Amino acid sequence: MPSFSLVHLEFLGWAAMWTLGLSAIAFIGGGLVGFAVALMRISSVHWVRYAAIAYIQVVQGTPLLILLFLIYFGIAIVGFQEVPAIIAAGIGLTIYSSGFLAEIWRGCLQSVPKTQWEAAECLALTPWQRMTRVILPQAMRIATPPTVGFLVQIVKNTSLASVVGFVELAQAGKLINNSIFEPFTVFMVVAAIYFAICFPLSTWSRRLERKLNVSRR
Amino acid sequence: MTYQFDFSALWAFWPEFLQGAWLTLQLSAVSTVLGFVLGTLCAIGRSDGPPWVKFLVASYVEVIRNTPLLVQVFIVYFGIATLGIKVSANAAAVIALVVNVGAYTCEIVRAGLESVHKSQLEAADCLGLSKPQIYWHVIIRPAIERVYPALTSQYVLLMLASSITSQISAEELTAVANRIQSDTFRSFETYIVVGIIYLALSFVVRIALWLFGLVVFVRKRKLGTAL
Repeated sequence: MPSFSLVHLEFLGWAAMWTLGLSAIAFIGGGLVGFAVALMRISSVHWVRYAAIAYIQVVQGTPLLILLFLIYFGIAIVGFQEVPAIIAAGIGLTIYSSGFLAEIWRGCLQSVPKTQWEAAECLALTPWQRMTRVILPQAMRIATPPTVGFLVQIVKNTSLASVVGFVELAQAGKLINNSIFEPFTVFMVVAAIYFAICFPLSTWSRRLERKLNVSRR
Repeated sequence: MTYQFDFSALWAFWPEFLQGAWLTLQLSAVSTVLGFVLGTLCAIGRSDGPPWVKFLVASYVEVIRNTPLLVQVFIVYFGIATLGIKVSANAAAVIALVVNVGAYTCEIVRAGLESVHKSQLEAADCLGLSKPQIYWHVIIRPAIERVYPALTSQYVLLMLASSITSQISAEELTAVANRIQSDTFRSFETYIVVGIIYLALSFVVRIALWLFGLVVFVRKRKLGTAL
């Protein structure tokens, strides 16, 4: 029986690239959708706000695994057969991260003091100007640390894309394990690679947070 | 779109859904309690222990928080097997979940411990409280009360994350769903039903933890103010 070798390590390296790619898709897609939902969440129109609340509650109240299964089987029902796994996984993770990012960013938008919103209105700025020139620059400073922190969650959760047959790091680990059956070694290496991706992000997030707190103290 | 939704095939399986949901709740409850104990001990060790304990706890927390639960579950399940010890899938699931949530609990509780003001400790000292008394009455209880909302969210997430243990065939709700959908070929409907059950469970867990908080935090219940 072959044992864990450089070939396997190379395979895991490639799979790690797919993990990163999927994370990027999830973050960009989730960021766009999540920002829209965050704006809806603080809208002054009742039904828009409630729709956003319902969306966030449903996404945060169901496991990502179930979400992925729903997308995977749902795509087939809508009529697309043979969709590549990356699309199903990408959509699922986009929805997942949008639900969480929306809630994080809503908090950041609302933490900009109310007087700033009022002052912008008094200066006759349009809603667009108010958002882009006054609120967002301030909200973004507050939003950066938790957003980077959430990136870690995204990277870790791409491991669940393995259930819809997408070969990323965790799935690659499973495949290798099936052929050489050294589960402990294989999954330790897989965990180490995840750690190598996530730990710098966590550290960065913490440093940003500390920096933000210094200026606020 | 010509697809006909058919939920009727799933009716026959309601006892199994129920059983799966029950096991999910059991797994989460056990992991929550044990994870809370582990996490709190780690938090105390990290904020007040000797340097080597601090280092150990810090590494534990970082390693767990920066690797996916799925991989942790695999390492526990297959790893324990290679050591020659046989554990059931459910036991492996609980171990993995406890180790996982312990790290998150540690971080949350540590934030609570750090938020206790120094003057409180000095006041307790002046009142002649012993070290264990100070720990229990002045540090731990107010700290937990303060971070309780964050802990609640974490334990709801834990309940949802327990779905991952279906990957090592612990027979909880998601695993039940996987089996039923392969029996009935009603995949989409099955996962919709299970999604709704999870949604309901997350409300139940949230409300249960809220009620538990009302019972435990007497001060908050009587005064109604935040610490």
